[in-house]
Amino acid sequence: MEVTLSVRRYNPDDKERPSWWQDYTVDVERTASVLDALIKVREEVDGSLSLRCSCRSAICGSCAMRVNGHAHLACNTKIIEASQDGSKIRVEPMGNAAVVKDLVVDMKMFWDKVRQVSPWLQPAGPEPAGEYTAPNEAMLHLAGVMSCIMCGACVSDCTSLEVDKNFIAPAALAKAYRFVADPRDAQTVERLRMLNEYSGIWDCTRCYECVQACPKGVAPMDRIMAMRDKAMEAGFTKTYGARHTDAFVDSIEHSGWLDELRLPIKTVGMFNLPKLMGFGPVGLRALMRGKMPPIFHTPVPNVKNVRRLFKKVRATQGREQK
Amino acid sequence: MLEHDVLVVGAGLAGMRAAVAAHEKGANVAIISKVHPVRSHSNAAQGGINAALTDRGDSWEDHAFDTVKGSDYLGDQDAIEIMCSEAGAELIRMEHMGVIFNRDDEGKLGTRAFGGQRKARTFFVADFTGQAMLHVLYEQILKTGVRVYEEWFVLDLIMHEGRCAGVTALEIATGRVFVIRAKTVIMCSGGVGRLFEPSTNALIVTGDGMAQAYRAGASLMDMEMVQYHPTTLKGSGVLITEGARGEGAYLLNSQGERFMKRYAPNMMELASRDVVSRSEQTEINEGRGIDGCVLLDCRHLGEKVIRERLTQIVDIGRDFAGVDIMKEPIPIRPGMHYIMGGIKTDVDGLTSVPGLYAAGECANVSVHGGNRLGANSLLDTVVFGRRSGHHAADVTKDMDWPKLNIEDLAGQAEDSLQKLLSRNDSGERWSKIRHDLGVDMDKYFGVYRDERGMQTLQRNIQNYKDRYARVAVQDKGRVFNTDLIFTLELGFMIDCAEAIVAGGLERKESRGAHSRTDHPTRDDANWLKHVLVTRTPKGPKLSHLPVVITKWKPEERKY
Repeated sequence: MEVTLSVRRYNPDDKERPSWWQDYTVDVERTASVLDALIKVREEVDGSLSLRCSCRSAICGSCAMRVNGHAHLACNTKIIEASQDGSKIRVEPMGNAAVVKDLVVDMKMFWDKVRQVSPWLQPAGPEPAGEYTAPNEAMLHLAGVMSCIMCGACVSDCTSLEVDKNFIAPAALAKAYRFVADPRDAQTVERLRMLNEYSGIWDCTRCYECVQACPKGVAPMDRIMAMRDKAMEAGFTKTYGARHTDAFVDSIEHSGWLDELRLPIKTVGMFNLPKLMGFGPVGLRALMRGKMPPIFHTPVPNVKNVRRLFKKVRATQGREQK
Repeated sequence: MLEHDVLVVGAGLAGMRAAVAAHEKGANVAIISKVHPVRSHSNAAQGGINAALTDRGDSWEDHAFDTVKGSDYLGDQDAIEIMCSEAGAELIRMEHMGVIFNRDDEGKLGTRAFGGQRKARTFFVADFTGQAMLHVLYEQILKTGVRVYEEWFVLDLIMHEGRCAGVTALEIATGRVFVIRAKTVIMCSGGVGRLFEPSTNALIVTGDGMAQAYRAGASLMDMEMVQYHPTTLKGSGVLITEGARGEGAYLLNSQGERFMKRYAPNMMELASRDVVSRSEQTEINEGRGIDGCVLLDCRHLGEKVIRERLTQIVDIGRDFAGVDIMKEPIPIRPGMHYIMGGIKTDVDGLTSVPGLYAAGECANVSVHGGNRLGANSLLDTVVFGRRSGHHAADVTKDMDWPKLNIEDLAGQAEDSLQKLLSRNDSGERWSKIRHDLGVDMDKYFGVYRDERGMQTLQRNIQNYKDRYARVAVQDKGRVFNTDLIFTLELGFMIDCAEAIVAGGLERKESRGAHSRTDHPTRDDANWLKHVLVTRTPKGPKLSHLPVVITKWKPEERKY
């Protein structure tokens, strides 16, 4: 079948155009991937098109790029899925990274962030003569994270990173989880302390883009949320993130719905005047547009049922922890 | 100036293990790799790593015997003894570094069965063991702070006063040429799978290091030993792990018959790879295949086993064959997978060129002989990666820096690149030649070979050489010019092809993966020996070396 790829191109040596779209039409098998089509372009049409690729089977992580606006591995994105109505397939380099040439981006920032989480096993004490003993369930659970191939798709589409370049971002945080959840690692608390800081686990906005972009089912956001829980369990309850979580839970348990007025106050603290003043303009704008939350927060009808749910959940959690 | 005591070329398992080992010895070590380390092809090793652990009632001698038998008695038994006796400690070392191997009920390392072995001694991480090990070794590289020249392409080995003294290399992102001076170089550049079309191998596997060593005067050994993996996906040639058969999957022909009972009644689907591949090819040739394939059937294994232990195969079946392996059998065929042959080394990785070491698939120690057992390749990479790293670091301790004329060397490398880039467009591109060559290799150097076919191939290779001499690069820029990289790789591939076919014509018997229809039996009287190929201006020069036999006398091989 014939397919047209519209490729976002860039060549730093080309001083006349900063970047441009170029269309290529090639004939491929119905089962072909976007990568197959790109390789065909490179081999038969235009040798100047640059992209990274190697294994063709979604294990080397080289060929992450944006297909129709979202990050994918080109090798496991089918032509017929990317172009169901026979329309052009839009191919661009990954986001949140500088472009080197065409579809090749600079991965330096990506690897710097990975380095930031001290990504190596740090067990305590002298090594045993044999292997470390560890439950198979724990290892199978970790295998779900270790199947990350570091392709960068999640980082490409991370909306938090887009507004704050310091955010450690999903791939490196999932990597951190791989150690936090490893029963052999002895630095869990230290790791969580570091991840609790600005740019760490509390800076994720839970937009789900990374979960959707991940070609290996790693679900980085879920790992970040699991680390939030672990951090609070480890006693890191004084962060804005942790207090926000507590305030949220308290409000629902108390009244069955969110008390939007008290939430920020409880999050930053009643006596944190500079922070509280910062909310002023937002509050004012909300007031002017009639979106100010009510000052008197009243519980929903039958709030007892909500509280019963909380009780039930707590009881189950208690059992699980034992 | 860029200089290192030890320079490792390639960042797969062998390369990174060598670098970690050399670092332990206090050497100033660096890795140079044409792709980022975690993109290396070691990723593709799915099934596991073999080791005989005594506390699990296994013995390394048993593992060694299985390996010797698997090699069709072409493996050097001294090297095999080293690999198998050091396997346990090396496996534990990898676990301590952080590899999350699957466990048994007591939380100890769990095993699975693999082809050609009488005991289950394959340790694994689901079905992405290579990836799990590769990423952990990269973690160790980050921990040690070993410098990695990422996406740097080695152009040539530098020879100085009869020693290997570093490399000339291209920084791909900028297109600039550099000289890296080194006291010792360890070649860990992997195999040459893409010389064959199709192949299970990644696109980067182009024999660069073998060809560079060959050009520098090193001997290549047993290059005719090319392994066809029994289960590769129809069409794309993507690999389906031997772990599937290890877990109990069946091979069926068009009549739904488990045909392995006719070829290997005892081991059935778990006979060694050469045996299974030949059996499949015979079924296909005799008309009991389906569209050039046979079937791999996992259905009876049950959802739990498939989900927990064959995760990746579920995805591969779905994404690359449109098959739900829980519900349907997968069409598969034998496909080029691995080369047992490579740069001849001793048990410490040293090649016939002073200062040059080699480990991993590009090397031939020789532990795999005529046929490699599944899950012995990962073991080979880490054991001999470590040994060469240690040895190469030790010898640099009281060695002076080679006195190189850096500017001249860089200038020469730059000139030849310029020449290649400025050649007229009217010439042919790399892609057509690479494709034709690959199809030829598959046709004349497949599961079965003969004299006439190999002679045709040899003539064709000469023709490819001539075409390559006129090859043109379409992309004239310097920044991330992959067109240039592929063109350079093709030159390396053609050199490897020359050595492979020379070896194939030389060995006039059938042993291991080298099955000749015109010499259908193994001939110990004349060919219980290695075939070495060395490059001369007049073409490949052939010579022989005896096989090292310690404990196990050659006998008939039955599974």
